[in-house]
Amino acid sequence: MTVSEITLPTTQPTRSQGYWSNVWHKLLRDRVSVACMIVLALIILSAIFAPLLTSYDPAVGSVVQRLKPPFTEGYILGTDELGRDMLTRLLYGGRMSLIMGILPVLLALVIGGTLGTVAGFVGGWTNTIIMRATDVVFAFPSILLAVAIAGALGSGLLNALIALTVVLIPPMVRVTESATTQVRSLDFVEAARASGAGGLTIIRVHILGNILAPVVVYATSLLSVAIIMSAGLSFIGLGAKPPTPEWGLMLNTLRSAIYSQPLIAALPGVFIFAVSLSFNLLSDGLRSAMDMS
Amino acid sequence: MTDQSLPSHAAPALSASSLNKTFTVRGNGLGKPARHVHAVSDFSFDLPTGSTLGIVGESGCGKSTTARLLMHLVEPDSGQIRLSGEPVGTAKRDLKQFRRKVQMVFQDSSASLNPRLTIEQSITFAPMVHGVSAKEARETAWRLLDRVGLDPARFAGRYPHELSGGQRQRVNIARALALNPKVVIFDEAVSALDKSVEAQVLNLLNELKAEFGLSYIFISHDLNVVRYISDHVLVMYLGQVVEQGPVEQIYAAPRHPYTRALLASMPSADPDQRTMAAPISGDPPSPIDLPPGCRFAPRCAFAEGICNTMPYELRHGDARVRCHISDPQSGHSKAEAAQ
Repeated sequence: MTVSEITLPTTQPTRSQGYWSNVWHKLLRDRVSVACMIVLALIILSAIFAPLLTSYDPAVGSVVQRLKPPFTEGYILGTDELGRDMLTRLLYGGRMSLIMGILPVLLALVIGGTLGTVAGFVGGWTNTIIMRATDVVFAFPSILLAVAIAGALGSGLLNALIALTVVLIPPMVRVTESATTQVRSLDFVEAARASGAGGLTIIRVHILGNILAPVVVYATSLLSVAIIMSAGLSFIGLGAKPPTPEWGLMLNTLRSAIYSQPLIAALPGVFIFAVSLSFNLLSDGLRSAMDMS
Repeated sequence: MTDQSLPSHAAPALSASSLNKTFTVRGNGLGKPARHVHAVSDFSFDLPTGSTLGIVGESGCGKSTTARLLMHLVEPDSGQIRLSGEPVGTAKRDLKQFRRKVQMVFQDSSASLNPRLTIEQSITFAPMVHGVSAKEARETAWRLLDRVGLDPARFAGRYPHELSGGQRQRVNIARALALNPKVVIFDEAVSALDKSVEAQVLNLLNELKAEFGLSYIFISHDLNVVRYISDHVLVMYLGQVVEQGPVEQIYAAPRHPYTRALLASMPSADPDQRTMAAPISGDPPSPIDLPPGCRFAPRCAFAEGICNTMPYELRHGDARVRCHISDPQSGHSKAEAAQ
């Protein structure tokens, strides 16, 4: 080349704010999203550090202290039908409920995301086969399918996890597929092909970064669905087993106390509601923060 | 074209012979039959090294499909593309080598840059795919940015949405040059720019061509731009080449009725040359249901019996005008007069 040589300066060039730091700053300006993140952080941290926050054993109760109302001496949120401290059980229960909400979504994100990206990028028969198979699973109402799968596999946490993952994969495939199809038709993908790049390189450099926004937003909204469904499975006895503390299961065992101590009986529901709503609102906030136009 | 004027050993930078591409619209299996869109038919040309070939035509006449065929982004049904006289193989390795040599600049400057990558990352992508080290690719990117008129220190780390359309198109040009190609195809590359920016970019393109020893294929619907930048012009109508020749000849003495109509529709700054009546009316026929005879016949002012029944076949070595009028033996009543 005959162009005059330029020496690279030792200092870094003007670098614009990256996309993700931009999203983060936008998110921090949205009060609802900030509130949701605070609620979620509090619940998640207190679940992780439960042993430090309470001295009670979540599985051991006292027969004489059954169904005490909240703010009883020694029991801030009262006790359940077996005389166990409610606060302790809610904190420990959060561990199981959050894992059962987050893990299936992560698994579905990896499996469904891969299938969707491949279907969208390759197109043709590959697309038809993956998408029609997805439609078959999608045709069943999700909660019924989860119950059917968990029931067929037998109750237990691992089986509930499998059931939830299977149910969450189809919507994940659909969202990734449509996002990929959209991005694939843009000129910069064509330009990348024209420069001789292979399929995997194009997916890694040009597709993934551009489909991440809609996919992450959707996965966040699925978190709330997964938490409610896993609580539902435990409620009908297909998930956690007593005496494991788990919010859905606690709702079930406290049913008998709904007339004597309605406040206590509703507490696990309040936590499920708070977490699920927070994830939902956070996904809304993410959606607008990621909108670059 | 210029085959005669060039020494026989100088193979054209890029040439194509009898390219055909038909897209099939699948039927629904319930009585609605599959249909065929004749996007490009019998397309041949030579691009002599160091020259610019302009391709003009209305929207939907197959200009962009032609560009994609030449880039091997779409595989032709038949016909052959030659790079410096060598046939281009369809094996993966051959294509990868071909793509080093032939690059493309797209119309939509923003859709052709990945919004998540910085300008520098966009330009270094292609060389790194071909095994150039990151450091070397970065140096090339900076040199090219400087050459296309963008200060690398200010622009290399920016994202496409922070640049204007003209700046983005300069980035796209730099990206196309990063592989050190022999041929660059511009698909309506300046059409979306405003006039003053367009002029700057066109001048830049002319400078780059001489500097890097490039050959251009310049696709546009803007006849003034094509006249300014091209050495040869090729006029397309409904997927076919209707006329081709040196730029002065086409603009001074167009022979095909479509070329004449197209040139007559050119806006002129001279008030005495104002276009008064629409030289051509209606829309081109659908490329699915082509007219049985000449494809231009339904809109042609000179069409008569033979035009509607028999297509005019180009013969090798003739003037490359796809019209019965150009052939005294065709039987068209105006054939002699046109000569």
